[in-house]
Amino acid sequence: MSDALAGLYQQVILDHSKQRTGFGELEHADAQRFERNPTCGDEITLQIDMEPGTDRIASLAWHGSGCSISQASASVLAGLAPGLTTVELHTTIDEFRTMMRSRGVGEPDEDLLGDAVVFQGVSKYVMRVKCAMLSWVALEGCLADVA
Amino acid sequence: MSPVATDISARTTARTSAETLSEEDVALLRQDFPALAEIVNGEPLAYLDSGATAQRPRQVLGAERDFLIHSNAAVHRGAHTLAGLATEAYEDARATVADFVGAQADEIVWTSNATDALNLVAYGIANASHGRGGEPARRFALVAGDEIVVTEAEHHANLVPWQELAAVTGATLRYIPVDDNGVWDAAAAASVITSRTRVVAFAHVSNVTGFVAPVAEVVAVAHANGALVVLDACQSAPHRSLNLAELDVDFAAFSGHKMLGPTGIGVLYGRAELLNALPPFRTGGSMITTVTMEGADYLPAPQRFEAGTQPVSQAVALAEAVRYLQRVGLDRIEAREEELAERMLMGLAGIDGIRVVGQPLGSPRAGLVSFDVAGVHAHDVGQFLDAQGIAVRVGHHCAQPLHRRLGLTATTRASAYLYTTTGEVDRFIAAVAGVRPYFGVA
Repeated sequence: MSDALAGLYQQVILDHSKQRTGFGELEHADAQRFERNPTCGDEITLQIDMEPGTDRIASLAWHGSGCSISQASASVLAGLAPGLTTVELHTTIDEFRTMMRSRGVGEPDEDLLGDAVVFQGVSKYVMRVKCAMLSWVALEGCLADVA
Repeated sequence: MSPVATDISARTTARTSAETLSEEDVALLRQDFPALAEIVNGEPLAYLDSGATAQRPRQVLGAERDFLIHSNAAVHRGAHTLAGLATEAYEDARATVADFVGAQADEIVWTSNATDALNLVAYGIANASHGRGGEPARRFALVAGDEIVVTEAEHHANLVPWQELAAVTGATLRYIPVDDNGVWDAAAAASVITSRTRVVAFAHVSNVTGFVAPVAEVVAVAHANGALVVLDACQSAPHRSLNLAELDVDFAAFSGHKMLGPTGIGVLYGRAELLNALPPFRTGGSMITTVTMEGADYLPAPQRFEAGTQPVSQAVALAEAVRYLQRVGLDRIEAREEELAERMLMGLAGIDGIRVVGQPLGSPRAGLVSFDVAGVHAHDVGQFLDAQGIAVRVGHHCAQPLHRRLGLTATTRASAYLYTTTGEVDRFIAAVAGVRPYFGVA
């Protein structure tokens, strides 16, 4: 087995794909988005609920089906987003997107991305970048809806 | 070893080299395919994705190159020497492909691929339904109440154009349902095809299950009801001897790149009488006899469907691919692929958590196998195999309704061709056995 595969499927990713943070549905959601990757049929529904009277996310939940990369990415995002403001999340999403387009080059901002830095290995696999981006794109849509 | 395995090995040795391809035959012909010598992720490439696109032999690459160097010109226009050579090569290629599928040369229309060919028929019928093509085209015209029949297992290329045709004509699209294995039979077809049916479109061989359709039975029922039969031959033309006239289908479509030929070239077969009555889908240069500012008269088939500059070098190379396949022998290729499919099925049957879709072991099946791995998404399966140099297809294989019916969003597909070795199949099986342990679900 190649070492490259271990770079793609880091243990954090494999763990998150099975112990999925935020998997489920919110009782109340301020925004909800459905995203689909037409090439593989992966899909996700992502919901956010805001802290009343603020632009801060109180909770994030998601459900759907997909590969380990898409599931782990949504799980990591669900651990990261609650407590952040929409402005902070936009910065985080931008940083994540930059990393995913990096083809593995450069140093992602770990303070900003936390566990999400493990997806830098995925950025070397052009065919899998969309898998990792799916939930982040859904969140971006939700943020637009609550803006 | 299981009793089934013993049977297979006995049968393999019982077949002579006139009936199938031996490992030695395969080793020899692999030397014609430079792509098969690639090293992928540090391992020799095991290319098990020929169902999506086949690799090309030197003879085909050479034929296209030679044409481009010595004879390249636009066809059916111009009077210079190269224009003549190009036109001759282009029409010779048509005759070669016609002979390959038991057709006459004027029954073969060049298209850009099979999808294009199927759209040509669907949009031709749509144009006839809107009154184009005059009296001869009225036989094609659809009205509300007419029915178009497909199967639930179709590739999107043989489904979406018919959905569009139904939408623009008011006809109803109905489908032959598949069973829990994703396959159907002649009885299911007969229960859906009625006197209201005007078109029946289905795949000769399923690109997901490898199911071989009961063409003769469906043609009999369809024709008894006055319906046209459109055959998607993408997964049959490259892999088995095909005689479209004997099958008595009205139209058929296949792609060059799945049969050792180039991309950008496909084939529509139509019975001559039908092609000459069907209104064209695309219009423009080189498909007309007389043009005035008020209108145009069209050439007979096949030229009436070949507007604009054509993929000439691709047609020439496709003819070379056909000659290559004929030299090897389609019956031997079919027999070899059947053996490889059985080897895959038996290997997968020995691995926990694998669900093969399609008909059970022992039923006729073309040389491809799609399967689900419990607890692991197909993309992860494909990535794991790719890391070992094994190329397979993952996803819905352009057959979402079939996957939905099977309760799956995606499967992994391994597809064999004349150059596939038993060693590659064995590497594939061994790799699949490692998938669930790697992802921690077994």
